[in-house]
This record gives sequence, structure tokens and C-alpha cells, in this order.
Amino acid sequence: MNRDWSELSPILWESVRETLYIVGVTVGSGGLLGLVLGVLLYATRRGNLLENVVVFSILNVAVNVVRPIPFIIFITAVGPVTLAVVGTTIGNDAVIFAMSIMATFVTARIVEQNLVATDPGVIEAARAMGASRLRILVTVLVPEALAPLILGYTFLLIGIVDMSALAGYVGGGGLGNFAIVYGYQRFNWEVTLVTVLVIIGMVQLAQLLGNWLARKALHR
Amino acid sequence: MAPVISFQDVSKVFGSGAGAVRAVDGVTLDIEAGEIFGVIGYSGAGKSTLVRLVNALETVTSGRLLVDGQDVTALGEGRLRRVRAGIGMVFQQFNLLNSRTVAGNVAYPLKVAGWPRERRAARVAELLDYVGIADKAKAYPRQLSGGQKQRVGIARALATSPRILLADEATSALDPDTTQDVLALLRRVNRELGVTVVVITHEMDVIRSIAHRVAVMEAGKVVEHGPVYDVFAAPRERATRRFVATTLKDRPTPEALDRLRHRHPGRIVTVAIRENGAGSGVDVTAALRAHGVDGTIVFGGITELDERPFGSLTLELTGSDAAISALIADLRGRTDVDDLGTAAVAGVRA
Ligand SMILES: Nc1ncnc2c1ncn2[C@@H]1O[C@H](COP(=O)(O)OP(=O)(O)OP(=O)(O)O)[C@@H](O)[C@H]1O
Ligand SMILES: [Mg+2]
Repeated sequence: MNRDWSELSPILWESVRETLYIVGVTVGSGGLLGLVLGVLLYATRRGNLLENVVVFSILNVAVNVVRPIPFIIFITAVGPVTLAVVGTTIGNDAVIFAMSIMATFVTARIVEQNLVATDPGVIEAARAMGASRLRILVTVLVPEALAPLILGYTFLLIGIVDMSALAGYVGGGGLGNFAIVYGYQRFNWEVTLVTVLVIIGMVQLAQLLGNWLARKALHR
Repeated sequence: MAPVISFQDVSKVFGSGAGAVRAVDGVTLDIEAGEIFGVIGYSGAGKSTLVRLVNALETVTSGRLLVDGQDVTALGEGRLRRVRAGIGMVFQQFNLLNSRTVAGNVAYPLKVAGWPRERRAARVAELLDYVGIADKAKAYPRQLSGGQKQRVGIARALATSPRILLADEATSALDPDTTQDVLALLRRVNRELGVTVVVITHEMDVIRSIAHRVAVMEAGKVVEHGPVYDVFAAPRERATRRFVATTLKDRPTPEALDRLRHRHPGRIVTVAIRENGAGSGVDVTAALRAHGVDGTIVFGGITELDERPFGSLTLELTGSDAAISALIADLRGRTDVDDLGTAAVAGVRA
């Protein structure tokens, strides 16, 4: 066993690094695109700043269609697109591409739901000062909803760590791959357990950080 | 001088068909530069909608609305933004940006107006000093009391030196003492900076303490308007009378009147005390003496409105019927007299 771990731990750390990379890029790209999409989804709803029935309906349907697809199926379904854009359907980059798309739609809904709770009075005040709609979206709406958005993104991050484990099944690296190759396929339960503990540790850390940041953002 | 805000048969309808609501109904009203104009009315009367038309937060359905001589009903979004930037607005719920500090809130309209950073900082400091919360510059709105929040709201509304300040129930969320402080600040803004202030409220006391002129709104219409003293010292409309009654409990309720009759068998009259045309009050004592009638004050209250006497006294009159009738006729020549009669002929109101 001891000999095992002296061999395995460098691979484990490499897997952690890879997972962080996959998750980081996905949260970065999907999070950003999702933020834009989510703000649009909120703003184009009836009675809001950029009210637009057509845009809202298209976005709303797109989010509703994509979001419930199980990721393992989605990753295969977008295969042709992945191939066209990334050039391959296996490996980390292909996985990141598919994950980012899914993350975009998930984020869009999370963002929209958190923006709905924004006090309309604050938006009204900004309008009364002569601010343009775009300025209000960027400098009032998003900052005012920052605390719940941070919690929403923390939730997203954890969901993406979960998604990233599936990368192992399609030729990607990371902790999922590590658990499959060294744990599951070698019937090494201990490796699986250690992987689980590492993931729990990462998720806990993310949650703590998210909670702390959200509390800071409330300015109480 | 041309009015700074001029409503010309302005209506605002929300919705259409059977569900349409006429929130503002054919209002014609001029608000003069430099005055504090009050709009009072019960909930749903259309007060908020009326002022929100001024800075085009709502669009006019019909009629003309001139702000600074400019017909805002004819302007596009870009021009409207410039009109809005020239009008400050203060809200009941303060509507401060919780994500920004006090200084950040006051700086926001300056950013919108494109002021460079250094000038912004100087202006913010000056404004916070003016409203008396310079020490709170770095605090966040959630760390402030209601009164402090409204001061920030006022500083923010004044940032770009607007000529007009709209205050929609600016003191309704505050306690009485804080209300007086905030009203005093608004009065200072009006007097020292020459800003035209439009105050919306459902509280008579707010109008009493700061407005020069007032409009009473009911169901979307302005039912009465004019100088505050004229409107409230001699109210013509039911809604106006109700507001007067809320601030001055100077007239006996029917129950109180029953008790008075029990204690005082003589003729009971209520005499309105107000400045008459000649500028002096009604000298009740002199009138009693002249007619040889005795009077006992049994109920009443007199206060000041716009620095002039305002209220009523209820008296029990004793003397000959002829003398009392002559006295009442004499007083009626100068003010309103409610003849509440005696216990025997109760309810004989003139
Ligand atoms: N955006 C809107 N859509 C539909 N109806 C509205 C809208 N805004 C106001 N109304 C209606 O217009 C009428 C007047 O409302 P407004 O808010 O102007 O009254 P208010 O005098 O300010 O009342 P309050 O003292 O409660 O603030 C009400 O019947 C209200 O329901
Ligand atoms: Mg209102």
C-alpha cells in the first residue's frame, strides 16, 4: 500500500491540477457568457428595462431545453459541434468546450433568478438620474445582486466539479479519470475513497470562500 | 415668470379596455420656479404617477407637460435622459445603492453626467457636508438610520444641481423627529439653493410645515389647489376637510358633542378662527361683549399655518335668544360659524 501511494500521489496531484484547470476554464467562460445571457434573460422580460418578447422567448426556451439534458448525454449530442470547433471530441479541450456550453445555460438561469429579487426602486432611482439602460444593467443591477450572485456561482462551481468528473469517461483527465483508472478499474477502493475526500475538501473550500465573499458583498 | 412645470390637461391611463386605470385625470396645474409645491391625497389618488410624469419615468397619455418650457411628451429617450438628469428625485424607501458607499451613491449621478473623478470627489464632499453626514462618507447604506439614508438620498438628488427636486413621500418612512429634520433640510434646499421642490405626501403635517402652495388630489384629479393657507383655512372639498381634521382635532366629534351638551345646557357654536380679509383675527371676546352675550370656551384648538392663525373654538353661549342670534349673524359676516344648537333643539346646524 505504502509503495502504491508514493507512486500514486504525484498522479493524484496532477489530477487535482487538471480538474482545477478544467473547472476554472469552464467557470470562467461559461460563467461570463452565462452572466451576459442571464442579464439579457432578466432584462428582456416583460416590464423590465429591455423588454423584448422575441428575444426573451428564444432565450427562455433555449435555457429550458438545454439545462435538463444529462451532461453525459449532452457531451455526445454536441459532439459534431465540438469536432468542428475544437477539432476533436476527446480530451480535456473537448470536454471543456461541452461543459462551457452547458455551464452557460445553467448560469443564465441562476443569474436571472438572482436578479429578479433586485429592488425595482433602485433601478428607478438610476433611471431618474438619467442613466442609460445599459449603464443601469452593468453598474446597478449586477452590483446590487452581487451577494446572491456569488452564492449562485458557488453553487455553479460545485456543479461543474461534479460535471468535470465525467471528463474521465471521454478521454479527459482530472480526478474523475484518476478514480476510474486507479480506483474503479483496479478494484482499489482506497484510491476511490481518497479521491472522494479530495473532492469533498475542494468543494468545502469553495463553499466557505463563496459564503465569505457573499457576506463581504452585503456590506452590513 | 413662466412656470417651471406646467401640466396642461394631462392624463395618464394604465392598461386599456375594461381594465384601464385613469391614474391622472385631466390635470391642469402650474408649479412656479422657486416654490415648494405640495401634492396631498389618499393612497391611490395618483400623486406618484403625477410626479413620475414630470421626469418621464411614466409617459403622458394625453395633454401637454412642459418642464422648463420644454414639452417632455414630445422627446425621445436620449433627450429625456438629459431632462431627467436635471431633475432630482427623492424616494420614500430611499432607493440607495446598497453596493456602494454613501460617497459612491452621491457620486453616481455625477458619473452618469460624465464629471471627471477629481471634480466628483470635491462635489461629493461638499454635498455630504451640506446635508450633515460628512462623517458617513465611507459607510454603506445598510449601516445608516432612516434619517441618514434620506440625507444621502437628498445629497444624491442634488448632486448635479438640478432646478427641480421631486420628493415622493420622502418622510413617510421616518419617525416624527426625523421627519422634521428632513423637512427642514428640504426647506433649506429650497431657500438657499433656489430649487423648486415638489413634495408628495398623504400627511397634512408635511404640507403644513413646508409647502407654499398645495394641490389636493382625489381619484386622479386635482380637486382643489392654491396657497396652503387659503386651501386649508377655508376648505371647499370633502377630501380637503378630512385632511384638515387629521391635523387639527379642533372640532368636537358627535360623541364629544353629546358629552358637551350634557355639561353645557346653553347654545353651542363652533367659530372658525382664521385671518380675515383685513388681516386681523376674529375678536370673539369683543363680539360677545358688544352683544351682551356670555361665552364659555368648551372645545377647540388654534394653531398656525403659514404663520397665520388657523383653527376653531367651540363656545357655549348664554344670553337672550335675540342677542345670541344677532351675535351669530355678526360673526358670520367675518368667518364660518357652525351653530350646533342646544340640547333641546340638537342638530340645528346652519
Ligand atoms: N404601473 C402601473 N400599472 C398599472 N396601474 C398603476 C401603475 N402605477 C399606478 N397605477 C395605478 O394608478 C393609481 C394611482 O397610483 P399612484 O401610485 O399614483 O397613487 P398614489 O397617490 O401615489 O398612492 P400612494 O399614496 O399609495 O403611493 C392606482 O390605482 C394604481 O393602482
Ligand atoms: Mg405614491
